[in-house]
Amino acid sequence: MRFTKDHEWVVLNGDVATIGISAHAAEQLGDVVFVETPEVGKAVKAGDAFAVVESVKAASDVYAPISGEVVEANGVLGDAPETVNADPEAGGWFAKVKVADASEYEALMDRDAYEAFLATQ
Amino acid sequence: MSAPDTPLLTTPLNQAHIDAGARMVEFAGYSMPVQYPMGVMAEHLWTREHCGIFDVSHMGQARLVGVSPLSAFEEVVPGDYIGLKPGKQKYSVLLNRTGGIIDDLMAGRPLRPDGTPDEALFVVVNGACKENDFKVIDAELAGQVRIDRLEDRALIAVQGPEAAAVVNALVPATADMVFMDIRMMPGLGTDLIISRSGYTGEDGYEISVPATEAVRVWNTLLADGRVRAIGLGARDSLRLEAGLPLYGHDLDETVSPVEAGLTFAINRNRREQRDFPGAARIVKELAEGPSRVKVCLRVLQGAPAREGAEVADETGAVVGVVTSGGHSPCLKAGIALAFVPPALKAPGTKLQVIVRGKPQPAEVVASPFVPHRYVRKA
Repeated sequence: MRFTKDHEWVVLNGDVATIGISAHAAEQLGDVVFVETPEVGKAVKAGDAFAVVESVKAASDVYAPISGEVVEANGVLGDAPETVNADPEAGGWFAKVKVADASEYEALMDRDAYEAFLATQ
Repeated sequence: MSAPDTPLLTTPLNQAHIDAGARMVEFAGYSMPVQYPMGVMAEHLWTREHCGIFDVSHMGQARLVGVSPLSAFEEVVPGDYIGLKPGKQKYSVLLNRTGGIIDDLMAGRPLRPDGTPDEALFVVVNGACKENDFKVIDAELAGQVRIDRLEDRALIAVQGPEAAAVVNALVPATADMVFMDIRMMPGLGTDLIISRSGYTGEDGYEISVPATEAVRVWNTLLADGRVRAIGLGARDSLRLEAGLPLYGHDLDETVSPVEAGLTFAINRNRREQRDFPGAARIVKELAEGPSRVKVCLRVLQGAPAREGAEVADETGAVVGVVTSGGHSPCLKAGIALAFVPPALKAPGTKLQVIVRGKPQPAEVVASPFVPHRYVRKA
């Protein structure tokens, strides 16, 4: 699992990346009440806002950590957005993206690097 | 508003919030708890079911002292303060000369422990507006009242269906108070100015205490198992469910009390006298209807509509704007306050809210979203 400074995570299986937000991000947001996932077929570029997560208080953008085409969105989040809080780094995934360039993945932080980054925040 | 480099002000309860693990944010120039570890959702629901306490010490407390502070005060607000009964407070709005709202506030005549009314008018105004409010009042009422700001006092709101039981157990003399009663009394080992009021839609009290006693009073309240500390996040979602406007969002210097649905604050005798700032506009709006009105919207599908979201009619034509909105923990739906033409104000009217470019169905509903539970009879 790799992480971004915007607190997204990515797991790469073959050429399909599963993307979500980190446990730290979910904890910071508080109770998630709505998630807008990207449409299947949409082309995303690393760094684009590609999903929205809403708590009671505010709406926050989620940025694509990696470029590619959205192949699946997590339908569970429509009826159960709280899954993002309950299981942020597995069941609370947002979308799967077919990756164009796997080297983008390698350039992201591993968990140790991400935790070191959090410690500086 | 404070400049970015200005150090934030703190309330007398600041360290207690930090010690409790609160997440502190800037609000009205103060460092304030937006939430405690329990989280906004749980804090909101706890207040609706039990009792929440809120540090609202950033708000501006003052006594207006003078020969006749009640009649003087009527020069800046549209409420009947001359007729205010001893021991009562009243919600009102400070008006500019075009009938726009400079701030909303509470003002009352507290009863003293001997049963006589305090000679001053006790006012509580919004934290973000207080410097300007007191400047305006001082300028308008110069020579009639002196403003004694009570900066050495904290203010704690105790709200929820169990608030009365909690407060009555600690201060028995509060038991016979009803909604909008205000009294000065000894209690909790100090001197209190206490009103039966609040801004959550629940029953409860607001307790003004000397700053030096605030932490002890706060902890005394928290020692009751029915009580939790509640942050500004839940304070906002609670007042929104109660349909209550928030200054700087739903109310500003362009919005009149008629537009904002606050006509109850414009008393009949004052309407006839037309002797308050902006009376020409306000009396005209009362007679002919304003060009826009505040409505309560329920989002029927999709994301919560937040401040700034456009409101459209069924044909897609933009007709208004959301001034505050979010997720209702009690209704489990998006709710919002919005301004629309009066022709669209009836409950049941179908509208749309535009969220991130997408129209979503919404409906006008009666205010409040969640029923008020004020105690009006002892």
